[in-house]
Formats: sequence, structure tokens, C-alpha cells
Amino acid sequence: MIEINNVSKWYGSFQVLTDCTTQVSKSEVVVVCGPSGSGKSTLIKCVNALEPFQQGSIVVNGIAVQDPKTDLPKLRAKVGMVFQNFELFPHMTITDNLAIAQIKVLGRSRDEAVDKGLKLLDRVGLKAQAAKFPGQLSGGQQQRVAIARALAMDPICMLFDEPTSALDPEMINEVLDVMVQLAHEGMTMMCVTHEMGFARKVANRVIFMDRGAIVEDAAKEDFFGQPRSERAQAFLAKILNH
Amino acid sequence: MNYHWDWMFFFQETDDGLKYYDWILSGLGWTTFVSLASLVVALILGSVLGVMRTTPKRWLVGLGDAYVDLFRNVPLIVQLFMWFFVVPELVPENIGLWMKQDLPYFVIAIVGLGLYTAARIAEQVKAGINSLSRGQRFAGLALGFTEWQTYRYVRLPMAYRIVLPALTSEAMNIFKNSAVTYAVGILELYFQYKQIIEKTSQVLEITIVVTLCYFVLAFVMNRILAFVEARTRVPGLIVGTKGSK
Repeated sequence: MIEINNVSKWYGSFQVLTDCTTQVSKSEVVVVCGPSGSGKSTLIKCVNALEPFQQGSIVVNGIAVQDPKTDLPKLRAKVGMVFQNFELFPHMTITDNLAIAQIKVLGRSRDEAVDKGLKLLDRVGLKAQAAKFPGQLSGGQQQRVAIARALAMDPICMLFDEPTSALDPEMINEVLDVMVQLAHEGMTMMCVTHEMGFARKVANRVIFMDRGAIVEDAAKEDFFGQPRSERAQAFLAKILNH
Repeated sequence: MNYHWDWMFFFQETDDGLKYYDWILSGLGWTTFVSLASLVVALILGSVLGVMRTTPKRWLVGLGDAYVDLFRNVPLIVQLFMWFFVVPELVPENIGLWMKQDLPYFVIAIVGLGLYTAARIAEQVKAGINSLSRGQRFAGLALGFTEWQTYRYVRLPMAYRIVLPALTSEAMNIFKNSAVTYAVGILELYFQYKQIIEKTSQVLEITIVVTLCYFVLAFVMNRILAFVEARTRVPGLIVGTKGSK
């Protein structure tokens, strides 16, 4: 589904990604973790070409994202993405947030788009908030709306870029619950997150990144059981024993 | 004070058979027309330039920056003279002749004032767009929007809300700046003001009336945009400044 091959990226002369190679198969859940500044958010943004990269290739569902001939809007419409800061559109109601891209990008009718959006809103437990504006919702609620907004496009896979990092602790679980449910339904997911509980519960593989490189790419059991690299061991020790 | 007040002179007949208050009304009409038409030109062009300056395309940014630098750094009256007297000499002869003979004065004045104000509006639109988080653009793109659609549906609706107080000042300024067009022969309020002073010497009365006219124009514009601001306010969102009262 997603193949990342030898991707390197520079900001000017500073290298932010070094020869990253991994893949996510259909219905697989892959968690990407690592210290801040390790390039994990940059890597996931390369998958739908929000960030350009200078070397290597990324193929999503058979389409090369770095190919200048690729119709990026069309590709991105099929790849759902959830951001750290929710990024709902503040001037639109929740309903419009859910419907606008379906109407303007997929060409659905307004009725169809609203109907679909409200069903998904119900699924994330927020049906009552349909007429409100994002600024009137809590962070956890906004993030659940953002997930519903991505799902409304019928994505073939979902990218999560630290979806719980900007949330107050008591709101993290309501978002993770939605993500766990998605994983159980067989959604292909690539998640940048520090939530190791989530990784243990649903991940198939865990990728550990440090200084722009993929240091460890292992099945969940192996990663938590006996990480091979010292840096991954140190990282795990820090975030698991606090 | 020996000033001889005479408010009734407004109803005296002038050389051309009209009354003095007709001159004022006519000037008021031209001021309103030239200002509103210039504002339309400035809003459209200023928005296009403001957007250009926030795109990832370097040459668009450069073009927009050059425009703003040029039009913000030259006095308005000089710009108007350029359009009237310099540009017709620089363009091909038949176009220059057409500009001098057939093109109505007011069109050149409107374009001149509009292009000047566009530079200022471009600056504000750019600031509004840049004040939004980068993530808003990413979110739009990630949903499959084109770059233009992220402006149309995501970034501009918020950017305009944020800079509306600044745009309100600009819309009020344009009425005041329109007085400069008298210098290129527009028979607007300031032109009539000068003319009436020369004819009647009733400086205080006419100054009071003309000042009030400008005040009312700017004030009405302020109220209209304050209403727009209230109507477009986003529930649950705190946007920096609150009105420009």
C-alpha cells in the first residue's frame, strides 16, 4: 500500500531524512516513534507529498508521489491525514468541515456529503455537535471530528501525525479509542505517536527513528521485547518508566 | 470676530444656473462614485497581489513585492500625474492618443486611485494569510484541494476576517484620498469646495459643510464594515482586534 524506498530530504544543507526505507501493507498498522526532531513527522508528510523530498521514491497504491506527472490532489484525496493541531477549518460548522472536501474534491452532492459526514460524526460520538463551530469544541472533540473528516473521503489508508500530542491527558483516550476501532476494522494506518499503549494494542510493526534515519523497524513483539539498537532501548526505557 | 456668517448663500444661483448646494451635491456624487469604484479595483487587485505574495512560486512573489514597493513608495498625486501625462507618452501613439482624447478622465482617476490603494490592501491580505498556521494549508491539501482551493475555501475566508479592521481603515481612507483627484480634473467634492470659496469667500460655512460630508462618507463606510464584521464573526473563535470604532 505504502512503499518508502531510500528517501532522503534536506532543508538547505541540513539533512532531515537519511535513506529511509519501509513499507505499510494493506490493513497493517505501523507506529512510528522516536525523539522529537528525529524526522518522523517529516517522513509521514512525505507520504502524501505535503513535504517534498530530494532522493528516493514513495509509492502509494501503485502511484509514485515524487513523479511530477502525478495528480497530487487526486492522490491526496485518497489518503486520509490527521494532524497534531486538528486543523479543522475554524470558519465552518462541523457539518461543513465534514462535507466541503467531499463536495469540492469528490463532486458529491451536498445532501450526500452531509449525510455521509453526519454518519461518521455519529460514529465518533459527536452527532450533537454538528451545528457548532470548531472553536466551541474541546481538543479531543475537534480531533475526533478531524478523523471523521478524513474518513468521509473514503480513504484507502490513514496517516496520523502525533494526533494526541496537543491534547490534555484526559482527552487522549477518546481519540485513541476511535483509532483503535479503526485499526480493528482493517484500516491501513501509519501513525506517528508516542502512545506506546496504543502501539502495544493495535500495531503490527513499530518503527523507531532517530536523527532522520530509521534505526529500528520490527514486529511489535520484537520491538517491545528486545529492541536491537541501544538508542531504541534508551528511548523505550525513558518513555515506559515514567 | 468680524466674520460675516451667511448660511443662505448655498441657495443662491450660480453662473451656470445651478445653486451652490447643487455643486456640493454633484461633488459629493463624484467623490462617492470615484471612491467606491476605486475601492472595487483595489480590493480585487489587492487580493490577487496579496495571494500571489504568499504562493510557493518565487516569480509570483517577486512580481507582487515589486508592485507593492513601487506603488506604496510613490505619492498618490505623482501616480495620478503619471497616468494622465506620462503613460500616454510612453505607450504606442494610437493608444496614447486614445487615452488623452477618448478615455474619460474619471476612468484614469479611478484606475490611479485603485492601483495605489491595491498596494496597501495587498500588504494586508498577505499579512492575513501569513497569520494562519501552516497546518491549515496542509489540511486543505491533504483533503485533495488544489493550492487555489486552499485559498478559496480555507485560507482567504479566515484571512479576510482577520484583516477586516485594517481593510475598514483603508476603505475609509479612500474617500479622503479621492480628494487628490481634483488635481487631474475630477469635479469632486474638494474641487467644488475650492471653487465655491473662490466665488463666495464664505470659507467657514463651506468648510463646515464639506468636512461634514467627508465625515459622513467615512463614517457610513465604517458602520457598514462593522456590520459585516459582526455578521462574519466566527463563534467560539477569538480573533485579535475587535472592530475599529
